[in-house]
Amino acid sequence: MRKAELIMALVMLVFSVYLMWKSAELPIGWIPEEGPGGGAFSFWLGAGMVICCITIIVRWAKRQSPPSQSDEPFMDREAMTLFFVISGSLAAMIGGIHVVGVYFSVPIFMAFYMRYLGRHSWKLIAAISVVTPIVTFFFFEIALLKTLPKGITEPLFYPLYDIFL
Amino acid sequence: MEVLGLLSDGFLIAFEPLNLGLVIFGAAVGLFIGAMPGLGSVNGVAILLPMTFLVPPTSAVIFLGAIYYGAMYGGAISSIMLGIPGASTAVATTFDGRPMALKGEADKALVAAALASFVGGTISIILFTAFAPPLAEVALAFGPPEEFALMILAFATFVGLGGDDIPKTMFSIFIGLVLSAVGFDIVSGEPRLIFFDLTGFSHGINFLVLAIGIYGIGEMLWTVETSRGSVAMSSATVSVKRTMAALKELMGTWKTMLMGSFLGYFVGILPAAGATPGSLMAYGIAKTVAKDPETFGKGNINGVVAPEAANNAASTGSMLPMLTLGIPGSPTTAILLGGMVIWGLEPGPMLFVEHKEFVWGLIASLYAANLFALLINIAFIPAFIAVLRLPFTILAPIIFVLCVVGGYVPTLDMHDVWLMLIFGVVGYLMRKLDYPLAPAVLAIVLGPLAERSMRQSLIGSHGDMMTFFERPISGTIMVIAIILLVMPLIKVIRQRSKGETA
Repeated sequence: MRKAELIMALVMLVFSVYLMWKSAELPIGWIPEEGPGGGAFSFWLGAGMVICCITIIVRWAKRQSPPSQSDEPFMDREAMTLFFVISGSLAAMIGGIHVVGVYFSVPIFMAFYMRYLGRHSWKLIAAISVVTPIVTFFFFEIALLKTLPKGITEPLFYPLYDIFL
Repeated sequence: MEVLGLLSDGFLIAFEPLNLGLVIFGAAVGLFIGAMPGLGSVNGVAILLPMTFLVPPTSAVIFLGAIYYGAMYGGAISSIMLGIPGASTAVATTFDGRPMALKGEADKALVAAALASFVGGTISIILFTAFAPPLAEVALAFGPPEEFALMILAFATFVGLGGDDIPKTMFSIFIGLVLSAVGFDIVSGEPRLIFFDLTGFSHGINFLVLAIGIYGIGEMLWTVETSRGSVAMSSATVSVKRTMAALKELMGTWKTMLMGSFLGYFVGILPAAGATPGSLMAYGIAKTVAKDPETFGKGNINGVVAPEAANNAASTGSMLPMLTLGIPGSPTTAILLGGMVIWGLEPGPMLFVEHKEFVWGLIASLYAANLFALLINIAFIPAFIAVLRLPFTILAPIIFVLCVVGGYVPTLDMHDVWLMLIFGVVGYLMRKLDYPLAPAVLAIVLGPLAERSMRQSLIGSHGDMMTFFERPISGTIMVIAIILLVMPLIKVIRQRSKGETA
């Protein structure tokens, strides 16, 4: 817990400084008769973030915040595995959307999740991973007319467009 | 009496077949979401908001309002049956709801929670109907300096009353505001904060990306981690006879219900307070004024009634500043406010003038949502208990997929989906380290409005900062905000000086 709090504060400190630097691309000073320049709002907010981060680090060093007093691990081994498996598979699904599209990436993700983490039967998994994309298609593409990304699988949907749109 | 006329017009809108159907459907969905451990109104509203583009804005907000209410009812179900709060707003309900369930009185606790929610909801909507029009009228006189002062006040309440680590709270507010500044400078039109020159940032960061990231993906990661291991579920015997007996016993708790409702409503109006502290305070007061305080925590029915009346009342209370001033009173209403901007409605008092049908349709539908949530809740108690048996490993991937698709739909940009994943993961890690995240969501919604009102004021006053203090209303609000901001500092200094003298 202690180490995690310090690392987070340091990462956010770096991010805040980056924000200030990035905001400085626009005028950050006071323009007479008009008030602050375009970058001032975000520049000074970034400065506020820097101050907050420094305060968090000082309080950490003095052991004033609850996480800095805690000896518990930030995540135990099991939580760590769950965290990496879930966020990793989510990233893989989102990455997959670019390549094979929503309608193939989503069922693969769902099947993996339900099988690996839930140990459900293949029958149930098949049912849910097939029904979800179908419902998604009808709700978003037909009812809302919002086209979801399909990647290389786009041609497979031409007949469906012909029927429903 | 003009209000009654407007309200009856509102009922005509609320009872249109589409809207009434959405109220009933929304209340049921809300109950379902609320009943799932970990998920509450804010998660439901954030994840489902992109789905509401199907219907007109008035119907959409009616649907989301019904979800909000339903979730407040539903939160009690998992608090009582599992001893795990269905949402943070139902934490106080576990104190006595769980012991009641362990004594075999689960059904009584569930009925008590439902009825108290109904009373809290109804009283608060009546208060809302009475307070909203005059407040909106006053707010019509507000110019940009007053608007800006109000937003400062909203953020100041988090610092002064939030009770979280102060540097972390301020950090959360700042980062939300900075993220809202991404895109183009509103005055000069120059590109601003386009990180790594990615074009995806040029359309700004949609508040939904942050809201779904934190309340969808982040919350799911959190729930997966905290709900490991087996949970013992209480059994409930439900019969009409037992329900009637429970209702009779509940008549004796009317004082607690009234107290919880009024308290919850007024606490709910404050942006930083809201339903969770409101329900905890109501529980505390019920215990203090009770003749038998020692039975609290061991299954006293008043201990269920007080927080449940308060959390429903608070959810209505938080809508008051959202509709009349354009300042949300809770994270859920912040998301609703963001939704209103997407639907093309300008939040604030002008709504009461320009979009009467929207405002009054929403208010009337809250009366309806409250009634339907009560009926559905009591009639389908066994069904909602069954929800708790649904394995989380089936629900979780469905919710993740909803988040991803919902994050894509508003802008049709995969860039936003990646950003949402990053916000979700980072938000989850920050939450583990006690960073409050609600202020960030409020800030990203209010950020563009805050910057605009600040710069309009300053252009109007030729760059004179004193404009915020010279006008009577904005000056008063600013002073209150500054007091709230320095209050924690004074507390620290006092404690130190006490420590030295002692």
